[in-house]
Amino acid sequence: MGELKLMKGNEAVAEAAIRAGADAYFGYPITPQSEVMEYLALQQPHKRTGMVLLQAESEIAAINMVYGAASTGKRAMTSSSSPGISLKQEGISYLAGAELPCLILNVVRGGPGLGTIQPSQADYFQSTKGGGHGDYHLIVLAPSSVQEMADFAKLGFELAEKYRNPAMILSDGVIGQMMEKVELFEQQPRKSEFNEDWMLTGKTADRKKRVVTSLDLEPTKMEKHNLALIEKYRAMEENEVRYEEIACEDAEYIMVAYGSSARICQKTVQMAREDGIKVGLLRPITLFPFPKKRIAELANRVKGFLSVEMSSGQMVEDVKLAVNGKTKVEHYGRMGGMIHSPEQVLCGLNEFLVD
Amino acid sequence: MDIQEIIQPENLVYERTQCLTDATLSYCPGCGHGVIHRLTMEVIEEMGIQQDTLGVASVGCSVLAYDFMNIDMTQAPHGRATAVATGIKRCWPNKFVFTYQGDGDLAAIGTAETIHTCNRGENLLIIFVNNGIYGMTGGQMAPTTLPGMKSSTSPYGRDVELMGNPINITDMVSRLPGTYFATRQSVHKPGNVRKTKKALRMAFENQKLNKGTSIVEIVSNCNSGWKMTPAESNKWMEEHMFPFYPLGDMKVNGEMVEKK
Amino acid sequence: MGKMKGAVVVDVERCKGCELCIVTCPQQVLANKEAQVNSKGYHYVYMERPEDCTGCTNCAVVCPDGVLTIYRVKEEV
Repeated sequence: MGELKLMKGNEAVAEAAIRAGADAYFGYPITPQSEVMEYLALQQPHKRTGMVLLQAESEIAAINMVYGAASTGKRAMTSSSSPGISLKQEGISYLAGAELPCLILNVVRGGPGLGTIQPSQADYFQSTKGGGHGDYHLIVLAPSSVQEMADFAKLGFELAEKYRNPAMILSDGVIGQMMEKVELFEQQPRKSEFNEDWMLTGKTADRKKRVVTSLDLEPTKMEKHNLALIEKYRAMEENEVRYEEIACEDAEYIMVAYGSSARICQKTVQMAREDGIKVGLLRPITLFPFPKKRIAELANRVKGFLSVEMSSGQMVEDVKLAVNGKTKVEHYGRMGGMIHSPEQVLCGLNEFLVD
Repeated sequence: MDIQEIIQPENLVYERTQCLTDATLSYCPGCGHGVIHRLTMEVIEEMGIQQDTLGVASVGCSVLAYDFMNIDMTQAPHGRATAVATGIKRCWPNKFVFTYQGDGDLAAIGTAETIHTCNRGENLLIIFVNNGIYGMTGGQMAPTTLPGMKSSTSPYGRDVELMGNPINITDMVSRLPGTYFATRQSVHKPGNVRKTKKALRMAFENQKLNKGTSIVEIVSNCNSGWKMTPAESNKWMEEHMFPFYPLGDMKVNGEMVEKK
Repeated sequence: MGKMKGAVVVDVERCKGCELCIVTCPQQVLANKEAQVNSKGYHYVYMERPEDCTGCTNCAVVCPDGVLTIYRVKEEV
């Protein structure tokens, strides 16, 4: 058994990043995720593992520092919350275009605009549909516990490097701020080899120069690059879909919820079943790639789906696409920093879905 | 003496550096970028640091600098070159890192990154090419466009009442504690070219000694944007740009240079 | 005392005919080919008065396109 600790989600992800052998963190403070950089600063990762820690002058600078570090093959990450992630979008688009692996943590708060500092899940569209300009996707992991905050730091780096694509942990203010028991994995060594043919290490006499760029002024080449990216996203959809099912075996209705909403829905499942309603919960762990195949299968035998999100209804669109008209799909959710209670979700379930 | 007798390997005194690629430069005829590219690569060749140097191209005419410089390079979002370079340098402190940026990139959209990189004293080199105009997008007004100077977005001349003043950013950042070396040069005459090369060499040597940020500004021409011949543009530059952007060192070895 | 004799070799295809070398040459050695162009359509530079070249390299130093290679030899008198 690994080391057990009581930690905040934001602290757990920071500790896990060090243990996952991260080479660099570049960030900028914003509530509710400032503990990430604060924890790292206290830990002095340059002493523990040699990891670089730098507070940038802005979110924009931070993501571009990540771009620079990643272009050399180093394992780099940044974290922020919604308005800060909006600022990072240009850099994220460049990272995706230049096919650079990195890890981005979004501890979502209510929006739009400066919004509120309370938890929200309203950045689903931004995270899963691209966010910046151009055709691209991030690998999006949605933790619903402090344990997963830690585990996904490692998984996020691994998937990012496997596909040479930015990975995002889409968390929220609940998961970032709450304290839970977490089992930490062992310290891994930082990368020592930078031999892949895209990594900028300095041109030696025995090889051609390397260029990391997202630019190609030749449209035929740019289209080819786009097609290659799409291939990559298809491969992710084929190989990397992750989800959890709770009480779905005999379910007549299924709630689809991720992150903190999924935790709330777990209680709702229990309460609904006490009332005699056969409800299950499907928790997408990867939001991109989305578990659309599984939802399509379930759509053949259930009476309806309820997408429960702390937003005005974003993931519900992906559930509808997966269900493709085969059965009823509804949304329930509070927004702007409000968190639904299990009872409220149950009311929503009864009102919108159960006949 | 016959020309062919002179053209012998033992008589060679000047040739194109091998640190440039064979690609034909994409710049307009007479553009100073070509000279600045060459000087940068000559310094890298002379110091023998091709395998230890990582460059960052920016957005603007020099976006394709990586096609011409035969070293490992990346290309940064508009204005963010010094942030990208910071990321590289922090991870590879023993590599030589430089950015290559124009005035639109460095002094408008990237002002914050420029100032904070210098203020932190990141141990890297900023090569700043100032031609007072947005070249690549077709000659729009830049943060450095002179008062009264015409551009496609100031077609009647820059009216400072309306459009604000040009910014002298090298002078600004020279005053920051992290800036170790700040100089302004040009490449329009042989003597100036040689001085610029000396400045670039000094900047790379500073980096070797971990001295902090060096910024080498080169006031250059944009004959297409200024709508002149290359020779005319160099003359115009001397008459109009140099009074506003005087050549010379601003800070050397961490000490401000006294203005006479 | 020998006299310096130089020669300028032009990479014709790379030359854009900007004339900066021409105005820089202290000996007025260089000129653009009026009647001829390279494959890109530029009137490229050539040594119009090769006998006056001293191989000072100034033309190559200001050339933006790295077109010019310079050779120099001391002519014994």
